[in-house]
Amino acid sequence: MSALSTVTVSPHIHSGKTTARIMLDVLIALLPATIAGTVIFGWKALAVVAVCVVCCVGFEALFNLASKKEQTVGDLSAAVTGLLLALNLPVDVPLWQCAVGSLFAIILVKCLFGGLGCNLVNPAITARVFMLVAFSSLAVPSFPVDAVASATPLSSETMPSLLDLFLGNHGGAIGETCAPALLLGGIYLLVRRVITWHVPVLYIATVFVFSLFMEGFDAVAALSMILSGGLFIGAFFMATDYTTSPYTARGKVIFAVGAGLLTCLIRYFGTYPEGVSFAILFMNILNPYICKWTKRKVFAAGGEEK
Amino acid sequence: MGSYLPGIFTPHRKGTKDVSVARIENVQTVTIPMSMHIGKPAKPVVKVGDLVKVGTKIGEADGKISSDIYASVSGKVVRLADFLLSNGATTTAVVIEADGEMTKEDVSAPVINSREDFIAAVKQSGVVGLGGAGFPTHVKLDVPAEKIDYLLINGAECEPYITSDSVTMLTRRDDILYAINALNRYLGVKNIIIGLEKSNKKVIAAMQELAASVSGFSVTVKVLPDKYPQGGEKVLVYHATGRKIPAGKLPIDIGCVVLNSTSVAAIGSYLRTGMPLVKKCITVEGGAVKQPQNVIAPVGTPLKELFELCGGFKEEPVKIIYGGPMMGITVPNADVPVIKNTNAILALTKKEAKQPKSTACIRCGACVNTCPFGLAPVNIAEAYEKEDVDALNNLSVNACMECGCCSFVCPGNRPLVQINKLSKNLIREKAAKEGNKS
Repeated sequence: MSALSTVTVSPHIHSGKTTARIMLDVLIALLPATIAGTVIFGWKALAVVAVCVVCCVGFEALFNLASKKEQTVGDLSAAVTGLLLALNLPVDVPLWQCAVGSLFAIILVKCLFGGLGCNLVNPAITARVFMLVAFSSLAVPSFPVDAVASATPLSSETMPSLLDLFLGNHGGAIGETCAPALLLGGIYLLVRRVITWHVPVLYIATVFVFSLFMEGFDAVAALSMILSGGLFIGAFFMATDYTTSPYTARGKVIFAVGAGLLTCLIRYFGTYPEGVSFAILFMNILNPYICKWTKRKVFAAGGEEK
Repeated sequence: MGSYLPGIFTPHRKGTKDVSVARIENVQTVTIPMSMHIGKPAKPVVKVGDLVKVGTKIGEADGKISSDIYASVSGKVVRLADFLLSNGATTTAVVIEADGEMTKEDVSAPVINSREDFIAAVKQSGVVGLGGAGFPTHVKLDVPAEKIDYLLINGAECEPYITSDSVTMLTRRDDILYAINALNRYLGVKNIIIGLEKSNKKVIAAMQELAASVSGFSVTVKVLPDKYPQGGEKVLVYHATGRKIPAGKLPIDIGCVVLNSTSVAAIGSYLRTGMPLVKKCITVEGGAVKQPQNVIAPVGTPLKELFELCGGFKEEPVKIIYGGPMMGITVPNADVPVIKNTNAILALTKKEAKQPKSTACIRCGACVNTCPFGLAPVNIAEAYEKEDVDALNNLSVNACMECGCCSFVCPGNRPLVQINKLSKNLIREKAAKEGNKS
């Protein structure tokens, strides 16, 4: 042995699970919902997806170039934001609005706050809420009323059948309607240990129980409530965003139940028919406090214990 | 007792467990540092030109916390050299040129009639914490008998690759049994728990058999989860007894004494034969090693001789490590010697040692959720960046045992455990500064 070998501080091995791999898992998990959205709403859905993803990645790359920062698009988080935003938009959204939404998500919500990990709120959710308020194309009841994309069920007098609701054969955003596709992706994330069960299960359960009370214990009506709107995509993919949700189990419980209650309050008593985006956004804002309240107890910090 | 502490699943890579053990009998030169333990370095008691045999005392314990050191080969002392320890300190090393005979010092089993005799014998054995920490064993045992509720034998080899303790437990049951009986007879230890990981089935069976052969006091095997770091002292004590060692305290403060399994075997061997600790079973592993196996080598043997005995390198290693890949210490070359508490030496390939690029923290909380002690490395890192010593104290960073779980799981591969170490330094520096002022 001639050359000196590397001297570093321990540990000398790594799990291999990187941010880019996690983000790739999220993209893979969203694939079924993307395909389902394309089947249900047609090829235009893919155009929305393409514009959002390209814009989000492009804006982040440009921001890094302009601010002379290290290029970060390789971590795939911008692609995830783009895909999530697209799946949360109706199929007939004008493409220029997709670009504006992407700009909002990446530059305003993410990059200006310091980039990945530093944003206070979820970029895709916040951009969706912004677009909902800013553009009439997203504001209910302007979802096109036609065969495939009839009025979003939550604002409709005639609800689609439970089976149609489950399969996603009804109006709504591109990626939010097909529950089996979202479930498949969610299970993939659970198996890959990207997310834990706490947030999706408790979020959906809270909405179910609340709706059960509101609907006079009509289980079918309550089921319709959890299958419509953006609950599944929100519970599995948006409320589980690492940066903007708590990381302890107890914190996740508070976050999920809180989001569930807010969703129902907005759905039943608000002027907007859908409350998932707002609910998650509000819980995002509370997140730093939830993290503070739910710190893990330090082992034997309280002194001698026998 | 609560549930198990978190931790991580690391790759096991324990292939050497079932490979036969090799021995190094013929070594040309050994370099034996006078500091192979925590505490004051031993004082050399030989001078250049002295002839020594295997088991000749060459270093005398200096002060209460120190340890005796013995020649591991027969031959001539050729140098008393400055030696750079892996922690950055310098000590003296005795360099012995071997005569190739391995002539043994005329030793006989110590005569023990009392507790004091026993402690003295353990001191004479030169045994220190062989799991890696190197705390002199006789100091640990020199406590009033009524204070010891449990004596734990740490057989949890939670670091990847390392199997030397397992091999020792399988091949030196007589020594272990002898030591266990002596610990009971002279120290009055009534409850002995041997901690072993679930997947270590052969050793569990062997130790259960050993436990069953003991009568008059209790020896039990505690089966631990297959998770790193079960061998951490606080983790082991908690999982085996349900007791928690508070930060800054010792196991004895909650009635426990923890001994590494190889240390126990070394005590037994000394009590039976009078031959002190002069050789060590060491796992020689890593992707760069041609034939990984356990090697019994004299203390002071250069690492390269062990690697050579294992067939040399398949490919040039990029990292050479004393100990395991989670907490081990890298060395710049293979000329450094094995010491008392070396339990493994690893030669990692470029591929094995490859670390992902360090990227932004995504606040996933993996570090928090895997920390065995419930610390929040993510918040510690923030406080460290601001040099906020009060916040670091509030976050209990001093409780960190530096196991490295946080860094291992961090998807951004951020230097979390490294920051914890720096944070402890920062706290010490500030305390020292304030001490100077007042």
